[in-house]
Amino acid sequence: MSTEHEKIQAELAKYQASVEKAVARFPERDHLPEQRLYTPLDIKDTDYADEISFPGVYPYTRGVQPTMYRGRFWTMRMYAGFSTAEESNKRYRMLIENGATGLSCAFDLPTQIGYDSTDPISEGEVGKVGVAIDSLADMEVLFDQIDLGKVSTSMTINAPASVLLAMYIAVAEKQGVPADQLRGTIQNDILKEYAARGTYIFPPRPSMRLITNIFEYCSKNVPKWNTISISGYHIREAGSTAAQEIAFTIADGIAYCEAAIKAGLKIDDFAGRLSFFWNAHNNVLEEVAKFRASRRIWAKVMKERFHAEKDKSMKLRFHTQTAGSMLTAQQPNNNIVRVALQTAAAVMGGTQSLHTNSRDEALALPTQESVTIALRTQQIVAYESGLADVIDPLAGSYYVEAMTNKIEAEAWDYIKKIDDMGGAVAAIEKGYIQKEIQDSAYKWQMDVESGARTIVGVNKFQMENEEPPKDLLKVDEAVGERQKAKVNELKAKRDNEAVKAALADLKKACQDEQENLMPHILAAVKTYATLGEICNVMREVFGEYEAHVSL
Amino acid sequence: MNIAEELLKGNRLALSRAITAIENEYDEATDIMKKLYPHTGHAYVLGITGPPGAGKSTLTDKIAREYRKQGKTVGIVAVDPTSPFTGGAILGDRIRMNGLTLDEGVFIRSMGTRGSLGGLSHKTADAVKAMDAFGKDIIIVETVGVGQSEVDIVKAADTTVVVLIPGMGDDIQAIKAGILEIGDLYCINKSDLDGADKLVREINMMLDLDSFMTDWRPPITKVVASQNEGISDLLATVEKHRDYIEKNGQLTARRTKRTRDEMLDILRSNIGAYIKGRIVDSGRLDAYVEKIRKRETDPYTVVGSVMKEMLR
Amino acid sequence: MEKKIRVLVAKPGLDGHDRGAKVVARALRDAGFEVVYTGLRQTPEQIAEAALQEDVNVVAMSILSGAHGHLFPKVVDLIREKGMDDVLIIGGGVIPETDIPALKEAGVAEVFTPGTPTGDVVNFIKEHVKL
Repeated sequence: MSTEHEKIQAELAKYQASVEKAVARFPERDHLPEQRLYTPLDIKDTDYADEISFPGVYPYTRGVQPTMYRGRFWTMRMYAGFSTAEESNKRYRMLIENGATGLSCAFDLPTQIGYDSTDPISEGEVGKVGVAIDSLADMEVLFDQIDLGKVSTSMTINAPASVLLAMYIAVAEKQGVPADQLRGTIQNDILKEYAARGTYIFPPRPSMRLITNIFEYCSKNVPKWNTISISGYHIREAGSTAAQEIAFTIADGIAYCEAAIKAGLKIDDFAGRLSFFWNAHNNVLEEVAKFRASRRIWAKVMKERFHAEKDKSMKLRFHTQTAGSMLTAQQPNNNIVRVALQTAAAVMGGTQSLHTNSRDEALALPTQESVTIALRTQQIVAYESGLADVIDPLAGSYYVEAMTNKIEAEAWDYIKKIDDMGGAVAAIEKGYIQKEIQDSAYKWQMDVESGARTIVGVNKFQMENEEPPKDLLKVDEAVGERQKAKVNELKAKRDNEAVKAALADLKKACQDEQENLMPHILAAVKTYATLGEICNVMREVFGEYEAHVSL
Repeated sequence: MNIAEELLKGNRLALSRAITAIENEYDEATDIMKKLYPHTGHAYVLGITGPPGAGKSTLTDKIAREYRKQGKTVGIVAVDPTSPFTGGAILGDRIRMNGLTLDEGVFIRSMGTRGSLGGLSHKTADAVKAMDAFGKDIIIVETVGVGQSEVDIVKAADTTVVVLIPGMGDDIQAIKAGILEIGDLYCINKSDLDGADKLVREINMMLDLDSFMTDWRPPITKVVASQNEGISDLLATVEKHRDYIEKNGQLTARRTKRTRDEMLDILRSNIGAYIKGRIVDSGRLDAYVEKIRKRETDPYTVVGSVMKEMLR
Repeated sequence: MEKKIRVLVAKPGLDGHDRGAKVVARALRDAGFEVVYTGLRQTPEQIAEAALQEDVNVVAMSILSGAHGHLFPKVVDLIREKGMDDVLIIGGGVIPETDIPALKEAGVAEVFTPGTPTGDVVNFIKEHVKL
């Protein structure tokens, strides 16, 4: 120990002694973190050059770009979509007019699970949590008057990501935009669907094949496209802790890389197009530490485990969404404040893009007014708060650096445990990851109910006779019928022979494991084969996933 | 609703209510069972047991589907442990059989062990009878094979399948030792995992050592239930076992022994309840206990005189 | 006699958000109930049939996708059609206050919105269940 550390140690001992006396008289609040304060002693083993370093420099703890927001702000990307393609198209154009710099498409559940609106299982769900897309025809309407050469589009689509991406490419082609100009992201992260989000279709093996097919196809044809958004967001929403969020997600990332390498790809050919998706929770400093730790872990994984050589492969770029599960139905305007804090965390954590939730989302889909406030929140943080003016402003905080180390260590423990089980796929099939998440979720709920954790307006500072909020967004119940009619109309007027041929060709391709499915899907999409028809062909060959549930 | 009558007419809600009556020990349960009894004895009962995580529910699901393909109707009694601390239970087997829910030829009922000592096997046996009377061809009783009460449950089966999976380490030794004698068949699930062949060798070794071995040597079948692999092979061995015990009279012997055990069980619990009711209600029990405590008498003498008095 | 409250916790529709359903399932178990959880993507027909086969006293459904207006009443109708008149049917999820009267009208006994302590659900069941 250096003499300086010894001096601090001595002072710290004195301080602690005085605090003990004070605490005897004035006890501290209950349920606080164990350590009262942090000092240089807590980070004395952290080597600045190796572990923290500089922005844009390995291990990227301080950010992936050298100038971060001093160059330009993060992409303010608002997740939106509901009802029909026409309605959503209007919302997208409103957002662009209001200064949103990227689009983010929400699809309804039938679309996410590869069912047409006409399928009986879609009953009641069409257009509810996002826009219903049944075929290329809907996609053409969705992006009507939006120049796909200029906008960057993120699509929250997983199991049928290949099909929606193909539709996007086809729309661009009609607009005269070549595929190599397209920018955007598909979520395409099936592992977290099994573990936390639930919109899976096929079993892991064919799903991993679809994903690596997309990696390969895009590396050649759509090089600016982010082929996957490896998502911790939903894992956190399902109830995980911050460390579990990044640990399970990075374990998923490792599984994708291994699958791609096994399929013959080179790490540096696809790793630069991998992106991540994190949650921004309420505990601002813990979240900042989490974002920083995630970058450091991924950089090490890429360099040490996969021997990546390109810097780009080692940079963890991420989108952030504020935590939906932290929004309260009670006193919904308080959510504006929560979202502001979460935004601050994401920005100080160095996010590349951000979606801010709207105050009314614990009650329904957001209204236009709420969405505007949520977007304004980002703009206020960007332009007024000063948080974006200095790079990684919390670096060097004894607490934040110690917390970054702690979360990193916890995450590594999980990653090693998952490695020992045979990787993320095996751990999910065993139900291990699901069980860990559920245990955390249950603990959280019990903490709230016991009062160990306070949620303002929910278990403290409640209001009697709170007026229910008015003017919530209502999705027109007739959407389902309208969408059904559209599908039937389409089926009557398209070239059904061409559809049949394309689907037969796709089926053959599915049966040949060596074949890349993307060109076949693209061809099918262009005949106006529906999403359901295409997915059913794959269901026939691949089968369906059966969830592992244990409580 | 007249539960027994409706059940015999094929009313599924009546079957469900009958099992509730059995499970909750409603007074009417005895009457229901009396009416159902003449209609039982037709179903073949398959017991499935093994350690937690062996994939028993998935296997049960696939077996049921296979029987359905053969045109047979299936009843399933799935037993899950009740928490000894809260008395609650998550009955989680059904979730792996969701695909069977809307098949009218299948009826699935989940039961918690409810911490009852011995009573559980009696209840599951009656639930099986209710399904039997309802007309199910095959009844599968699925339970975790770790405790004595669970082992008792599968003893009620005509053929018992013990399910194991590779790579369970040392835990498996104890479990295997405990359930060795009850397995008519062994099934290695998840046999695509490493260690499946090793497990087969271990079981074979144990079977070699088994001195009680009759001329039936339990076959070992490898399956991957989640992929539906090996299920028809497994059912072929079930068929073989059935054939074997039918031909050599063991099936009749087993069922006779079961009836005898059941009879004694009912007798014991009824007499016990009757006597207990009388001496508790009259306050005599407390008086006896006090005397015994003071060593003025002993439990054996007291019981002797109570029996003499009440069972005259 | 050993009566136990039996509850079917069900996720109708296509939404995969089961955090709430699973937390409630565990809390009900810890309250001493027997809980059958259906898992995701159950049709109203499957839920009603599972309720019948398990002879549950309570069916507790969770939907976060906004499809409650369509799916909850359908499950109620199917359960009643099967002659299970005394089954207590409750629902929860992201459900706007204004939708609740119609759901109650349709036979859903109570609707629990986000932020409800699990203890409230347990108490409601204990007070209203018919054994």
